[in-house]
Amino acid sequence: MGMGIEVRNRMASRAAKEIKAGMVVNLGIGIPSLVPNFLAPETEVLFHAENGVLGMGPSPSKGEEDAMLCNAGGFPVTVIPGASYFDSATAFAMIRGGYLDMTILGGLEVSEKGDLANWVIPGKRIPGIGGGMELAEKAKKVIVLMSHVNKHGEPKILQECTLPLTARRCVDLIITDMAVIEVSEKGLLLKEVMEPFTEKDVREMTGARLLVREGGKK
Amino acid sequence: MEMQSKVTTLENALSFINDGCVLMFGGFGGVGNPPTLIKGILQKGTKDLTLIGNDAGFPEIGIGKIVSAERVSKLITTHIGSNPIAGKLMVEGKMEVEFCPQGILAERIRAGGAGLGGVLSDIGMGSMIEVGKQKVEMGGKTYLIESALQADVAIVHAKKADYFGNLIYDKSARNTNPLVATAGRVTIVEAEEIVAPGMLDPESIITPGIYVDMIVESEGVNWKWAWE
Repeated sequence: MGMGIEVRNRMASRAAKEIKAGMVVNLGIGIPSLVPNFLAPETEVLFHAENGVLGMGPSPSKGEEDAMLCNAGGFPVTVIPGASYFDSATAFAMIRGGYLDMTILGGLEVSEKGDLANWVIPGKRIPGIGGGMELAEKAKKVIVLMSHVNKHGEPKILQECTLPLTARRCVDLIITDMAVIEVSEKGLLLKEVMEPFTEKDVREMTGARLLVREGGKK
Repeated sequence: MEMQSKVTTLENALSFINDGCVLMFGGFGGVGNPPTLIKGILQKGTKDLTLIGNDAGFPEIGIGKIVSAERVSKLITTHIGSNPIAGKLMVEGKMEVEFCPQGILAERIRAGGAGLGGVLSDIGMGSMIEVGKQKVEMGGKTYLIESALQADVAIVHAKKADYFGNLIYDKSARNTNPLVATAGRVTIVEAEEIVAPGMLDPESIITPGIYVDMIVESEGVNWKWAWE
């Protein structure tokens, strides 16, 4: 989405703060895959990959890649002690069965009710669903990492999604290059504004009403 | 008891894969697609295939090569984003694509191999996935009926096979392979290594040999990977 690596890293580093020791976490492709770089090394997290790995470790060094050990995006990974391999039915049984504490996904649009659209732009881009629907519907906490506006400069956070939905009422937290926004019962709660933006900038670039909890905003 | 060997030639295996057949493949993002069988299908010129599998691979990797060569009339899959040629063929109307949530595709294949008619799923309610599907009430909840999938031929990649077809896989290259192995009327395995029965520990076997009809030796995985 034209965001520089610094901005993407900042979003990933912010998302990393949501991960607590002991969690089982699935990361989507793109910016979410940067998140492990910002976890304290002693944080014990089990990273789940829907192609059938629980306990993914850091990326291998160049020349050390194993062609038979990749993440869901097809990139080489390593495993930590205690890791396991399993087939795709088991990988998704874990997801649907409620064993995933968190998923961090990319997004095209998010509505104020937490609806997520991230699988198709009709007539333009048709990547497909992959595991996104199951992750969005069944992970206990869903974080969306995305640019605040699309490439035309239009808001991606809206009252209602315009693109076909991935899942309804699934998103808990939105982290963008401009802000951190929580999806609450009462609506969207602006929790943090990213530098160099102001609250006014965020409001102008958001297509839904933003609430501010007193003392909740930095 | 002497077990009859299922090891055969690539040529014999390919004689079961013909124009218009429903071909199910193991693999995820190219990893675990059987490269020697795919190369053989390409060289044989087989066309009008209905393909069932996780994704459309990459244009020059794994099953993606068969898609790119326009040998597929219908693709039942979860994801084509890594293969732009698949998207182009879909938009041009040259290939029909049916999308299914990833874990539900795995379950439909599992059901196909397990003698079930389908599975009940609440994934994709309120999305395009529910269009045209029957719904049922169960325990106070609404579910979609997702039909079971079977294929004329299933092609699978394994790390090791014994002559009888007992299989073990290689790390994340396992993915959909054990499921796909069960759902073919004919299941053909491409194995990196073929050993005598008894050489594999029965505790370690992931796919019991009864699911396997033929085994061919792999020419090896020399694929260009997405990250290379």
